[in-house]
Amino acid sequence: MRRALRWLLAVCVVAATTSVALAADLRPLVQSLGTGGYAGTEKGLAQLSEAGDPAAVPVIEALQAGDLYVRKADGVVVIARKAGSDYALTDPLGGASLGEAPAGAIEKIKVNNALRRAISASLGALTLMSPDAGIRRSAADAVFKSRDATALDALNTALAKEQDSSVRRAMEQARAAITLTAGASDEDTRVAVATLAGRSDQDALALLSSVASSSSASETAKAAAASAIASVQLKLTLWGVAQNLWYGLSLGSVLLLAAIGLAVTFGVMGVINMAHGEMVMIGAYTTFMVQELFRAHAPGLFDLSILVALPAAFLVSGGVGILIERSVIRWLYGRPLETLLATWGLSLALQQAVRSIFGPSNREVGAPSWMSGAFELGGLTITYGRLWIVVFAFAVFAALLVALKRTWFGLSIRAVTQNRPMANAMGIRTAKVDALTFGLGSGIAGLAGVALSQIDNVSPNLGQGYIIDSFMVVVFGGVGNLWGTLVGALTLGTLNKFLEPYAGAVLGKILVLIFIILFIQRRPRGLFALKGRAVEA
Amino acid sequence: MLTRFFLMGLDRKAGVVLTILALLAVLVPVSTLLVPADSPFHLSIFTVSLLGKYLCFALLALALDLVWGYCGILSLGHAAFFALGGYAMGMHLMRQIGPRGVYGNPVLPDFMVFLNWTELPWYWLGFDHFWFAALMVLAVPGALAFAFGWFAFRSRVTGVYLSIITQAMTFALLLAFFRNDMGFGGNNGLTDFKEILGADIQAPGTRVGLFVATVVALALSYMIASGIIGSKLGKVLVAVRDTESRVRFLGYNTEHYKLFAWTLSACMAGVAGALYVPQVGIINPSEFAPASSIEAVIWVAVGGRGTLAGAILGAVLVNFGKSYFTGALPELWLFALGGLFVAVTLFLPKGLLGLGAQLMARMPKSKSLPNGKPADQKGM
Repeated sequence: MRRALRWLLAVCVVAATTSVALAADLRPLVQSLGTGGYAGTEKGLAQLSEAGDPAAVPVIEALQAGDLYVRKADGVVVIARKAGSDYALTDPLGGASLGEAPAGAIEKIKVNNALRRAISASLGALTLMSPDAGIRRSAADAVFKSRDATALDALNTALAKEQDSSVRRAMEQARAAITLTAGASDEDTRVAVATLAGRSDQDALALLSSVASSSSASETAKAAAASAIASVQLKLTLWGVAQNLWYGLSLGSVLLLAAIGLAVTFGVMGVINMAHGEMVMIGAYTTFMVQELFRAHAPGLFDLSILVALPAAFLVSGGVGILIERSVIRWLYGRPLETLLATWGLSLALQQAVRSIFGPSNREVGAPSWMSGAFELGGLTITYGRLWIVVFAFAVFAALLVALKRTWFGLSIRAVTQNRPMANAMGIRTAKVDALTFGLGSGIAGLAGVALSQIDNVSPNLGQGYIIDSFMVVVFGGVGNLWGTLVGALTLGTLNKFLEPYAGAVLGKILVLIFIILFIQRRPRGLFALKGRAVEA
Repeated sequence: MLTRFFLMGLDRKAGVVLTILALLAVLVPVSTLLVPADSPFHLSIFTVSLLGKYLCFALLALALDLVWGYCGILSLGHAAFFALGGYAMGMHLMRQIGPRGVYGNPVLPDFMVFLNWTELPWYWLGFDHFWFAALMVLAVPGALAFAFGWFAFRSRVTGVYLSIITQAMTFALLLAFFRNDMGFGGNNGLTDFKEILGADIQAPGTRVGLFVATVVALALSYMIASGIIGSKLGKVLVAVRDTESRVRFLGYNTEHYKLFAWTLSACMAGVAGALYVPQVGIINPSEFAPASSIEAVIWVAVGGRGTLAGAILGAVLVNFGKSYFTGALPELWLFALGGLFVAVTLFLPKGLLGLGAQLMARMPKSKSLPNGKPADQKGM
């Protein structure tokens, strides 16, 4: 550990000294940009790119943007940007401020079309030499996409120096793309095809098929291209399956989040809560309110708003749930169909209430920075938002499982569910347990609302979209069994996503619904039916 | 003794219902077509269509009451049968437009021309004949209900599970009919009808005729339903509702009884839909929405489930309230409807028609009426 640290320190020191030394060397070259008109600028530019120092990149970018000026008084080249009526001057190397100057005291370094081309070429070459591996990699990818033959020299120079194997691969692929596009000898083509076969995406496929079908290429090159195409296609199919699995997992975890609260109220208590979707909606609106508070009072802490919204949504939705249980549902125990009607009525009223308070239009719920963006995993593109939702869904599931199996409260819930009079006789206050259980289910729905606010429109109709799906998941998985809900959600999510490419989104969903209807016929009590002596309710 | 009492009560109620319907069938045409427009007893064509719409809903509620009130099957998908009947009628009316559509195609409805279809899909064939369409109004919902019920009842899917899968059924149909390539007009549905049986669909005479047809259909369905309830079959249905397993142990094949009531009810709902479409002039997939099925359940609950007449009363009252609220206080309608759901389930478990009996039962020393109405909630 200590050795690694020391090594790291040494690298930093060396890097710092070289960059200072280079900056000193660059100064006259930058100065030369401002002398001798177009020809002088072009010469200076060529020397700058030859020097191959990435510190020159901001200078050349400023030149491209037309921000590079010469100070008339002493002929120093500066970057000038409009600040009020005057210009704010900065040193192009290092960016130190050089004070302000009126428009008359500086003169812009002009560029023409020939210069513009030279500028982009030297920028491409310089970014290929950048010390940051990420920048080098994206520069190589840009070359791969553009297949610009003029970048070939810069690419070769960069390849000779490149140490990082992944950047090296990207550069080689870019070079192969240029070779194949420009046309080359048989041997070169074969090497390029072999290089591209390692890159499994649609771009590579298009390039390879252009080789396979081109008239100039030899038979051996074509055969090599054809076998490379087959291997790329196989990889693409496999990644496609993996992508579908990921989408299925992602949809499944959304379903799980929406259904898991229902699994408590419906599965454990036997209460059909049609207002469950509205509990989700209330959770989403709580997130919106919390974010508004953060925007108004602590905009710097906005990234934390979701973390605050989680407990807030749990409490608000859970509180509304307890209120509903105490005022309506407790009168209807043992009459599930009437509970269904009453809670449906409540859901209508809650929707209208939210519509009256917040208006009928969608509300903007922002994503914290750690939830936005995406990363690539092989051929998969995974957005952070979805990843967090998957993680969150499983975390909620695990927490609920622990709460039900390992806590006193969970024990009371299970006791009341299994034998109400006996639990009562043992001193459990069943009415209180009922209220708290319903509050727990509703609170979990509120948590789901926080997550869903990140991927769906926060509108009064938010809950409506999930209620039928949630019921399907619970019924499919088997009422009264949390594991069934988990398996049900993931199965239905994956099934949906695998049907989508063949049948389309809507037809896929219809097929899933028909599948559930038929499935219920086979197993009327769901995938994981509770075994017991009760014949029927 | 008990049976006779039950039958007598039923007859008296049926008499009242049928008299009211007969009065409507006579008075409404007279006051619309014969009474001069400035008289206070004149009814506008708009009102007639509105009343006709209420009665179509009443027929749907009656159908639902037959299965929910007497057979214990709470369907959350009855609007699907209603809409299927409506689509069957709508398809006939679309074919009747002929070359008068926007694109002037004599065979293809406008939306098919718009989608660049060149010929009529096979399932549209035959709908240019009224008798065929009328047959389909009964056959399509009936066949769907038969197939659905056959599988569901045989597998003994009951109670809440059945309710949820009926909801899945109507939701799947909703999604299906929204698709353009299904050939049912997609999102916009079927509309712009011109004539029915050769008569202009907008003419006052046709409107009144449709109203009378609705009244007749409602009266006939009521007689069929109350006939069934009064028969031995009806007794078995009520027994199935209360304790299905006991009926099964006694040797009855309960699935067959349930299937019969379920299919009949779907056919009635289909007729209601078919009468509804020419009166409102449009049918679109939103009729399949699970919410409309659940709304139909509350009509029955408001009037009193297991009373038949209550279903009619509830449908008319709730829809009248809906028309009033959505016009006068649109913000409040969902509150009112939501509140109605809660209030009826909590305070009026037997609906408006059961209110009298409920009050009587509260009074000391009153005799309770053992008359086969859903007194206990065990079979739910």
